[in-house]
Amino acid sequence: MKVLVPIKRVIDYNVKVRVKPDQSNVDLANTKMAINPFCEIAVEEAVRLKEAGTATEVIAISIGDKSCQEQLRTALALGADRAIQIETDENLDALNIAKLLKAVVEEEQPQLVILGKQSIDSDNNQTGQMLAALTGMPQGTFASVVKVEGEKVNVTREVDGGLQTVALNLPAIVTTDLRLNEPRYASLPNIMKAKRKPLAVKPATDFGLDLTARTKLLKVTPPAQRQAGIVVESIDELVEKLKNEAKVIS
Amino acid sequence: MSILVIAEHDNSSLKAETLKTVNAAQKIGGDITLLVAGYNCQNAVEAASKVNGVSKVLVCDNAAYEHQLAENVSLLVTELAADYEHILATALTTGKNFMPRVAALLDVAQISDIIDVESSDTFVRPIYAGNAIATVQSLDSKKVITVRTTGFDAVATDGNAEVVTLDIATDAGISSHVSDELTVSERPDLGAASVVISGGRGMQNGDNFKLLDGIADKLGAAIGASRAAVDAGFVPNDMQVGQTGKIVAPDLYIAVGISGAIQHLAGMKDSKVIVAINKDPEAPIFQVADYGIVTDLFDALPELESKL
Repeated sequence: MKVLVPIKRVIDYNVKVRVKPDQSNVDLANTKMAINPFCEIAVEEAVRLKEAGTATEVIAISIGDKSCQEQLRTALALGADRAIQIETDENLDALNIAKLLKAVVEEEQPQLVILGKQSIDSDNNQTGQMLAALTGMPQGTFASVVKVEGEKVNVTREVDGGLQTVALNLPAIVTTDLRLNEPRYASLPNIMKAKRKPLAVKPATDFGLDLTARTKLLKVTPPAQRQAGIVVESIDELVEKLKNEAKVIS
Repeated sequence: MSILVIAEHDNSSLKAETLKTVNAAQKIGGDITLLVAGYNCQNAVEAASKVNGVSKVLVCDNAAYEHQLAENVSLLVTELAADYEHILATALTTGKNFMPRVAALLDVAQISDIIDVESSDTFVRPIYAGNAIATVQSLDSKKVITVRTTGFDAVATDGNAEVVTLDIATDAGISSHVSDELTVSERPDLGAASVVISGGRGMQNGDNFKLLDGIADKLGAAIGASRAAVDAGFVPNDMQVGQTGKIVAPDLYIAVGISGAIQHLAGMKDSKVIVAINKDPEAPIFQVADYGIVTDLFDALPELESKL
């Protein structure tokens, strides 16, 4: 079975963003970029399914300008077989991303689409669920275990109270949570090999979809800063401060 | 304007977070209807009818909704959507699961995790793990929104809303529930507790989390954990506080052996008072803590427990 893995280029998770002085957005100039951590887990899961003989082909896809080819090459180095870039300079809403992905799903007919549950830049947590709705597929979000069994996939999900397992008819959508797997590092030979793997580029405008923005970013501001507090010398002093100064315990 | 709020519940009780989502709906302004979709959910309906500010409670009691499967719930909400300009759910794992599905079926964008309401179409939400705050305007005629409850106070529960039972069953028939493995705890929910004590990698193993129990008992606290502690297998995933785990804002947050990665701070930095216990004086957690103590947690925890 074919597995499609949509991935996103985002700020590296170790980098703290700064807001632009004109409040138009965050400043990403000269910032280290990387594959979104949850997307990396998605690639790893797809590659493991292939290694286990369950998947036959792993296709990575990203939507963005030319720079996202860097992350597609990373996915190829991790074990994806080929890549697709849908080229656009627009910063598209999750709904429009899902519409483009739906078009690719119709073309490629994957049995499983594995996505990250959220990107660490916009923190939306929407694309997988939206793609599931548009394609009429069931969804296993926030997955910590994925088991393909015949015509179904069982997904164990990380939910507020613990874990929930659902059974989904294939084809299905899965979004990854942190505990699904620990992604491998790409080896140098695999990085070299990835450069020769096929990467198709398709302009977003070729899909004939209405991709009008549905939201408008009015401003971006820094969060309220907490005042650095004090360092106390003893537990006695801590308990005294919590009782009498902060008044949060009695 | 009419607003539909989807109740977060487990059939037998209404989650306290719903009271905060209703508050967000009040800030948008309009006639508020609360939807309880569940199975054998009379108790949740009873609680929902008492939520202040709600004029009507819609009830869909059907086996299709017992486990809040996104495929089924989203079809129901979409069917009801015509009468409402705003549709709100709580940004917990259930709402996060089905709401984007609702938005896509309605062909509108979703505004996730709002922490404030500027007007009926403009909302405030954190991005980049809370390191930037975005003000976003929805250009759609219908607004699908999830609410981060740390941004809103709970409404009171002495109301008396009309309860209307709907005879709708939307079973998509493409997914089914297999099992739940829920953590059973006598302690308050992380999201609802006024005191939270969390352990990190510094706890060294799962057994040592017992050192937090006595303190949690004395303070009526919930126990949380950093991602590092969950990834290391010390404690289960539902204890994770952070960007992609639980977002909490208690009156008192005690971080024990937690260095304070950006992703952890995103889940707790709106707490009223933060205490950090860490032996590394350079740990970033001290930059957000109101009270810090540089000491070995294995000395500090028993002493703290004895002095509370």
